[in-house]
Amino acid sequence: MSDVIDRPILAEEEAAKSRLRIIDCDVHPSIHAHGDLDQFLSKRWQEHLRTYGSHLRTPYIGTTPYPRSSPLIARRDAWPPTGGPPGSDLDFMRKQHLDPLNVEYGILQVLDLFIFSQQNLEFGAAIQRAINDWQLAFWSDRDPRLKASILAGQDDTQFAIAEIERCAKIGRYVQINVCPRANEPLGRRRYWPIYARAQELGLPLGIHVGGYGGHAPTGGGWPSYYVEEHQSNAHTMAAQLTSLVLEGVPERFPDLKIVFIEGGFGWIPSATWRMDRHFEAFRSEVPHLKRRPSEYVKEHFWFTTQPIDEPDEGKHLRSLIEWVGADRLLFSSDYPHWDFDDPRYAFKTPLSETERRKIFNGNARALYKL
Amino acid sequence: MARHIVARTSDIPPGGNKVFGVDGRDIVVFHVNGEFFALLNRCPHEGAPLEKAACVARLTSPEPGIYQRSRVGELLRCPWHGWEFDMRNGQSYFDPKRVKVRSYPVAIESGEKLQKGPYVAETFPVHVEDSYIIIET
Repeated sequence: MSDVIDRPILAEEEAAKSRLRIIDCDVHPSIHAHGDLDQFLSKRWQEHLRTYGSHLRTPYIGTTPYPRSSPLIARRDAWPPTGGPPGSDLDFMRKQHLDPLNVEYGILQVLDLFIFSQQNLEFGAAIQRAINDWQLAFWSDRDPRLKASILAGQDDTQFAIAEIERCAKIGRYVQINVCPRANEPLGRRRYWPIYARAQELGLPLGIHVGGYGGHAPTGGGWPSYYVEEHQSNAHTMAAQLTSLVLEGVPERFPDLKIVFIEGGFGWIPSATWRMDRHFEAFRSEVPHLKRRPSEYVKEHFWFTTQPIDEPDEGKHLRSLIEWVGADRLLFSSDYPHWDFDDPRYAFKTPLSETERRKIFNGNARALYKL
Repeated sequence: MARHIVARTSDIPPGGNKVFGVDGRDIVVFHVNGEFFALLNRCPHEGAPLEKAACVARLTSPEPGIYQRSRVGELLRCPWHGWEFDMRNGQSYFDPKRVKVRSYPVAIESGEKLQKGPYVAETFPVHVEDSYIIIET
């Protein structure tokens, strides 16, 4: 008999669930077939996609460096009955995810074609532009619950700015996405024009795990197994939080809001404690910082919940939520990927009514102005 | 213990499964190598439907580079997070004492035998030559 499955749902949990609609900050739509992008790509790039295809900044032609845990990293039950890859059929997404889980809004996060990791930056930029249009035509226009993000790979900073301007004029995107694995750490000045524009436009900067910047995914080199690489998502996010804070991005752009997506949140306390201690010792090296690193983290950063760390004892998760702060957490499911979190069962510790409202709905509503 | 006649053995092909609503619960019956196993159709972790699980072998490795498969098709791998369960008793591979899927005894009885007993289900046409799957809950 399982201790989890037989846990009775408390009356108040049931009531809270029925009242609360979910804002899911990480929903992955997929391109049904590359031809769907034709209408948004110039002839030149249509031909390039067909002739040369995708080439990443890794030595693995036509594949990822690690075998994923399941085909297309998807839930086995998420393959649409109509064919096509998981996440490519809106009707099925509605039926399997949006409707039954009472999703009020889903923030789209597109990963197809390794949008941020193309070796050919011009091709990457063309795809980003096409996918930005595709998100509206194929998803947001057809279901107003689904909100698009402006994909703007930062390594071609000039293109990124132009694309942000173009999409901002359309006015229907809720976020600007850059990549956590790029040529240089995200705090570098070369990327600041993007942050300046995001601040002016009042759009949060979204950073979803993944991508291949050409560097090994861990600080120790290339690991042997996917399970090791998957673990490195957290290290990457910790490295980027450190870079953004210590290189002074929140100090320089005080109104910029930054969202870390799919990095989980278990690593945040130790990363911020360590930065604070080191800041006390080395503050003369970074005199541009006016406050303790943890203060910047508390005020400028948000973190989506999935994958939620699941310690053996629920009380440790409770402490973690308190350390990070229920104000900083945004619920995300990662639908339709294999490590999807169901909002009803994802938290292996009880949440108060206030925490539940903030995490599942309120924080995202305020952040994305929904 | 209530007995529920749910299907003919021939209704579930080898390697396949079928879900039955029994007393308000969804119970999934797997057919593996001539045997039938019945489990609650929910992963104890986050409730994924186990009917979509992969039926895999137990994979062990006495040392790096040496891999052994055993009990082919008898382990379930949850369709979401990949947690593995033993189909025979619902035990999880990684934490067998604490995390289990509820499992139910399955009996296979001939139509002839059932026809003589009290369990002639009105909704099932009974052919005496067939065998029937019975779940005990």
